[in-house]
Amino acid sequence: MNIVPNPRSGLVLGFLPFVLIAAIYLVASAERRAANPDDKLLPPVTEMADTVRRLATEPDRRTEEVVLWTDTAASLERLAIDLGLATLIGLAFGLVLGILPMVDAALGPLVAVLSMIPPMAVLPILFVIFGLGELSKVVLIIFGVAPFLIRDMALAVGGLPKEQMVKAQSLGASTWQVAIRVVLPQIMPRLLEAVRLSLGPAFLFLISAEAIAADVGLGYRIFLMRRYLSMDVILPYVAWITLLSYSMDYALAHLARWGFPWAYVQERR
Amino acid sequence: MSALSMRNVWVEYGDQIVLERINLEIDSGAFIVVVGPSGAGKSTFLRLILGQEQPTRGAILLDGAPLPPEPGPDRGIVFQRYSVFPHLTVVRNVLIAYEFEASKVLGQLTGKSRREAITKSEHLLEAVGLAPHRDKYPSALSGGMQQRLAIAQALARQPRILLLDEPFGALDPGTRAKMHALIRPLWRELGMTVIMVTHDITEAFGLGTRLIALDRPRHDPQAPGRYGAIFTYDLDLNRDAPVPIPRFSKPLDLRENRDSARERRQNA
Repeated sequence: MNIVPNPRSGLVLGFLPFVLIAAIYLVASAERRAANPDDKLLPPVTEMADTVRRLATEPDRRTEEVVLWTDTAASLERLAIDLGLATLIGLAFGLVLGILPMVDAALGPLVAVLSMIPPMAVLPILFVIFGLGELSKVVLIIFGVAPFLIRDMALAVGGLPKEQMVKAQSLGASTWQVAIRVVLPQIMPRLLEAVRLSLGPAFLFLISAEAIAADVGLGYRIFLMRRYLSMDVILPYVAWITLLSYSMDYALAHLARWGFPWAYVQERR
Repeated sequence: MSALSMRNVWVEYGDQIVLERINLEIDSGAFIVVVGPSGAGKSTFLRLILGQEQPTRGAILLDGAPLPPEPGPDRGIVFQRYSVFPHLTVVRNVLIAYEFEASKVLGQLTGKSRREAITKSEHLLEAVGLAPHRDKYPSALSGGMQQRLAIAQALARQPRILLLDEPFGALDPGTRAKMHALIRPLWRELGMTVIMVTHDITEAFGLGTRLIALDRPRHDPQAPGRYGAIFTYDLDLNRDAPVPIPRFSKPLDLRENRDSARERRQNA
């Protein structure tokens, strides 16, 4: 408890589990290859690197597009649009619910119930209503992420000291001015935190929706390759998705600290 | 002009009577201090004037007109904590008051009007001694400096009444003495009415021109909420008054209370 790592040993400690997992994989992969030269389950790293190079540089024979980049672009575009919409909805509704007790009384219970519906359970309904195109994917992610964001934002507004609202009003602020000058800037850091936490669920819904109905996308590719047991495609794809998601998380965390330094003054380093 | 009058004001939460029979005439330009034990309704009293709470019975008049039922720029407030906006720098914390006034839609000033407002804000910061810290965030200020900022902010809209809710309660004695030295000349200069709630009796006698004590003189053990707080003392601390009576405490006529208690028993 009282022994703390210094920056360097902390870095080493952090990398250790990764190195360990990589080593285990290498050994296991070599073992399986030795027993069965046709093993597909744990392809050696060289084979995966080869596949990645092919996917990332050579155009597909049928579509004449470079598979990895088309998939990535399609998935990221969906994610950006859907998560962006969900964030806007979460912020707008959360702000209004948090500030106006009348609206909270009217819509709060509805949002609480909606957020408890498992989004994947309504996916068939979405497919029936909105068809198999982009719209049902948009709605799925929004349905999965927005209620959480709304509730978290409303809670964040409620967590602001009441004194600040009174003070602002005593300086002549209207409800609207309190909303945009006092409340909105103060919940922005929390919004970015909430979006960071939503990245996981958003990717989950994206890949599920792509797995079921899509003709391009990271999730689509993984589930397509599953049929051929192409672990040499699936494993790099999973790693790639993880890397994308991790970089977004990292970027959002730094955006929050850069844009709202006052919110992180008391943070323990 | 900023005379405040409360006429037979009662505050009740269900069965619980918090304040009863509050009659008060506050002259324009007075420095009123309100003392009393915890739970005696001092904060409720302040919230009434602030407009954050409404009396169950009675009326509150500001210069003869009914008090608006919500906080407004004619009544400034400094709380013990959370009074300043943590997301704005010191100068912007004051500037925002002018921005609220001038820019209804965006709450932001630009160009010349912004520069003028910044100049006014800087004057206020100078008055409270915060000019060197204008670009810091409140979290980088000490407790005393945060309260100075809160005062500067509250003065920006030139309120008719300045309400102080235990503003120096969380400060160390040295800082508190400095704040006393700051607030009294400010009050004299600006000629506004100040109503200050405090726990500190010395502070109350040192600052105020009039002291009001809130307490619950009657207590019914079977019905603890039956009797609310009343004014038990109302002292003139004005040393310039024709007959200076420093530290003289004059109990209010309690017979009136006894009579009304008897009435209540008969009604019950």
